[in-house]
Amino acid sequence: MSDLLEARHISFSFGGLHVTRDVSFKLAAGDRVALIGPNGAGKTTLVNLITGDIAPSEGRFFMAGEDITTCSIPERVRKGLVRSFQTTRLFANLTVADNVALAIMQRRGLTRRLLSRATDLPEVRAEWSEILGHLGLLGLATRKVVELAYGQQRLMELAIGLALRPKVLLLDEPAAGVPHDETPRILEAINRLPPDIAVLMIEHDMDLVFKFARRVMVLAAGRLIFEGSPAQVTADHEVRRAYLGSYADARRTA
Amino acid sequence: MTELVLQHHAAGRRNPWIGEVAIALAFAAVGALGYVLFPDDLAFLTRLIGIAFLVLSLDLVTGYCGIATLGHAALFGGAAYAVGAACVRGISDPIVLLAIGLGSGAILGLLSGALISRFRGLPQLVLSIAIGQLVAGLANKLQWLTGGSDGLSGLEPGKVFGVFGFDMYSRTAFLLSFTVLAITFLVLRRIVNSPFGLMCRGIKDDSLRARMIGASIYPRFVIMYGIAGAVAGLGGALTAMSTGVVGLDSVSFERSAEVLVMLVLGGAGHLWGALLGTVIFMLFEHIVAAANPFHWMTLVGLLLILIVVFAPRGLIGPLTALCARLFSRRQKT
Repeated sequence: MSDLLEARHISFSFGGLHVTRDVSFKLAAGDRVALIGPNGAGKTTLVNLITGDIAPSEGRFFMAGEDITTCSIPERVRKGLVRSFQTTRLFANLTVADNVALAIMQRRGLTRRLLSRATDLPEVRAEWSEILGHLGLLGLATRKVVELAYGQQRLMELAIGLALRPKVLLLDEPAAGVPHDETPRILEAINRLPPDIAVLMIEHDMDLVFKFARRVMVLAAGRLIFEGSPAQVTADHEVRRAYLGSYADARRTA
Repeated sequence: MTELVLQHHAAGRRNPWIGEVAIALAFAAVGALGYVLFPDDLAFLTRLIGIAFLVLSLDLVTGYCGIATLGHAALFGGAAYAVGAACVRGISDPIVLLAIGLGSGAILGLLSGALISRFRGLPQLVLSIAIGQLVAGLANKLQWLTGGSDGLSGLEPGKVFGVFGFDMYSRTAFLLSFTVLAITFLVLRRIVNSPFGLMCRGIKDDSLRARMIGASIYPRFVIMYGIAGAVAGLGGALTAMSTGVVGLDSVSFERSAEVLVMLVLGGAGHLWGALLGTVIFMLFEHIVAAANPFHWMTLVGLLLILIVVFAPRGLIGPLTALCARLFSRRQKT
């Protein structure tokens, strides 16, 4: 299968501090990859580099073979590179429906329209109701996002991601801050993502990682120190020392 | 629940023009009332309408896009000067003069928007003040064009459609201004509820999120600034035509600050809020300044403090809540 996203020798330093060091990886269609690593390993920085929020000091990014290193954030999104945020970033004063509708309208090139009513576009409405229905949020469509519970706001991040029909979806701790009993809902939503897109997920919750990922990449001190299947990760001595610690041992003895 | 939501959205679609017709009728009714009840105050009401254009214009960039500006009078005054200069040079058809105001306002809006939208926060605010001062300075210096500190006076626009002449009671000026305001309001209502307008509100909420769904912010804000300029330009043109003079006060910093106060008073981010704020501020000024010309600004200050404390999002919020409560009570009984 062809590579959708490729990072080649990406480095990023910030005031003499090397946050990302010579990171290379590939994501293919249908990939489900988890990026793990201790706090401060540079995971979110790597996502920010991929999306174009910050520019790498060295290295290049390719999407479907095309060099996207100099593309702006919106250009990358239009090419199908979409992310969610670790701390929820939504249009807080708009309704749930409008949040998703905006993403749909932007993708369809409708947001240049000045005189047609935003609520008057049946194809957009059909699409957002399908996405919200899929995530169990349709009943909240007319509520403002600020009025939602945190778990629902996390689902909204996924809803907006889905609305953009990504080829590559980067999920930055999709379950961060969500009460433990609500994580299954997030996992279920992630597992129901379209099978042909590549998903890269940063996550601290190891249960979630092992339930989701078919491949795990481990980042420590800005360097990719391991890449392999979840089973291989728990078995690897260096990874255990760097990060997993007691979790891997507990899993073994269990 | 699902059906309920979809029904709710379908209800908005059933009669796409009903809201517009209702608003047009409401405007006509208010205009007729004003015309009949206050025949001696039409000049004041016309001035109020001129300012309402500027407050609506400010609402587009500040209320809907979150752009901080204290130089918005530059668009209004710049267009007023353009209209005045054209009128002095023999262009007297009011519709042509309106078009000149609209066009020059739009150009000024696009130019200043192209600069201001590049920045955020305090630098943006300072830049807007600088642009305002620059235009005010030019209006003072370019005496051959603007009349300098004397301004332009003795503007005599011709008859509207060749029939209705501008009279000393401001009847024509009032009716023309009111009609243009109603049309502008309906168009702006479309724009703020369009996909374009919705995206502007989204950007105001979280610009990084907007970029992360693929939206480019800069061109959108420049276009919105252009629209705002056109609206302010209409106000400038109408004010120039109805008063017959254009002076430095039309581009002054005080004018920019005053309209921001009016917008905050009424409620930024609502078109009705912009109108409400203008009416309350101007009426307050008209009545209180006549009663006590020395201390009226003190009273305005007090009023503003009260409103900011008790209705920080402007008067339109509590007002709509009240209307909604009255309406639901009537439905229950």
